[in-house]
Amino acid sequence: MKPPLRDNPPRDPASRTRLSLAIVALVLLWPALQVSEFNLAALLDPANIHTMGSFLSGFWPPTGDPVFVALLARATVETLAMATAGMTLALALALPCSLVATRALSRARLLPNAEPGSLGLVLRWPTRSLLIVLRSVPEIVWALLFVRAVGLGPTAGVLAIAITYAGMLGKVYAEIYESVDLRPAQALVQAGSSRPLAFCYGLLPNALGEMLSYTIYRWECAIRASLIMGFVGAGGLGQQLDLSLRMFAGGEVAAILLVFLALVMLSDQLSAGLRRLLV
Amino acid sequence: MSTVNKRPLLTLVLLLCLAVVSGLSFLYLGMDFGALFSGDAGSQMAAYAGNFLRPDVSPIHLGAIGRGVLETLAMSLIGTLLAALAGLLLALPAAGRNGAALRLAARFLLNALRSIPELVWAALMVLAAGLGPNAGTLALALHTAGVLGRLFAEALENTPSAPAEALRLAGSGRFAAFSYATLPLVWPQLVAYTLYRWENNIRMAAVLGFVGAGGLGQMLYIHLSLFQEAQAATVIAAMLVLVLGVDSLSGWGRQRWVRA
Repeated sequence: MKPPLRDNPPRDPASRTRLSLAIVALVLLWPALQVSEFNLAALLDPANIHTMGSFLSGFWPPTGDPVFVALLARATVETLAMATAGMTLALALALPCSLVATRALSRARLLPNAEPGSLGLVLRWPTRSLLIVLRSVPEIVWALLFVRAVGLGPTAGVLAIAITYAGMLGKVYAEIYESVDLRPAQALVQAGSSRPLAFCYGLLPNALGEMLSYTIYRWECAIRASLIMGFVGAGGLGQQLDLSLRMFAGGEVAAILLVFLALVMLSDQLSAGLRRLLV
Repeated sequence: MSTVNKRPLLTLVLLLCLAVVSGLSFLYLGMDFGALFSGDAGSQMAAYAGNFLRPDVSPIHLGAIGRGVLETLAMSLIGTLLAALAGLLLALPAAGRNGAALRLAARFLLNALRSIPELVWAALMVLAAGLGPNAGTLALALHTAGVLGRLFAEALENTPSAPAEALRLAGSGRFAAFSYATLPLVWPQLVAYTLYRWENNIRMAAVLGFVGAGGLGQMLYIHLSLFQEAQAATVIAAMLVLVLGVDSLSGWGRQRWVRA
């Protein structure tokens, strides 16, 4: 028997549950809306519209004044240098930390029936905790602290990137050592080689590709991070942007934002290309 | 997994280039590490760091921090939800559902939203909507809409279209076909991306206050500006606890619900 034809389309059998779930979610969201003071109408406030309107109207054309462009070029190079120098320091910090933090190089892993060394037990957990603290405080907070300690300028940004990224690289390197094939290193140690040598010739060759790839990816992240470091006074393009924003110089802000866009896309391409070539 | 490097010379040259670039960076910045840690500067820095070792744990300050944490969480939650909505709306044209011209336009908009960092959006929103968490919420929503929109568009493009076509051929409307044939297929991915970005945004919301956009960052900035290191230390500790809490919660959730 054919089902009777209906005039109205069939209803969603789950509609009632879905509707009530949506209402519950909205009720739960209400306090969050209150606390975040969310208010789209603030964008339409006449005073705000006036401020923003006059500011945005200055956006076009972006400033092409040679003096400003030279300033911008200097800030761009400074940003890239900050990221690169910070990553180099991070690498120098992360490598020794990762060797201490990893379990792959412990005596118990490399030798049959060996007790874990006491030094490893004493050093490993403090190093791991240190790496956690280093990477869990956002880089811009480190930058703010270093600006107070070493003064305004790119040095604070370099140190902030070095510290945060050392925490990230150290953790990931330690995990990479643990994930690769340990048998070459075990064979070397059991044949009498020292552990540093076993690391260099037994473990590193297998781990290097992944380490390189992750480091380059982090370099890309560091470039993005150093773009905004200047907002707390740590040099680079961010500082120029902060200044231009304070002076309501729309054309300058537009020019800086264009450089931002170009840098983000360029670092994206560069990192992808380098990883393809190197790994 | 070990692979033999097929181009050892190229690798060597590239690595040398990278080393040279990093050396040039130090030269350009003219960083003087000697001065940084020598005698006087070193002891000054130690004294400054020492001020952070006595965090202020008075009930009043802890109450203010609790409020700051709530504000940070609320900003990230509302910002991410708005971004997911806007991202989905932009992902539909960006996935090529409304013709090639709209596809290009939507992709360009998503790229622009994404390329401007949250902190810059926050500085702009402080101008457009005034100081406070509202500006931070809008900033997170704008940047994250770009990120999620692109991810959503990719997810939509990779979804099999047969179920939706079947519904359309059976006479259903476009909206119904999308809701009952496409959405159920991509829903788990959309939720996973949104949760992942929420996690990121909690961390970001904690620092947007540096430009006046509310949350814990604003407290930290104010206390540091007033040289109240003891109070600032507590705020940093709260940030640390927040980040670690979110990290372990998401790690636990991933192990519990996401099968590799």
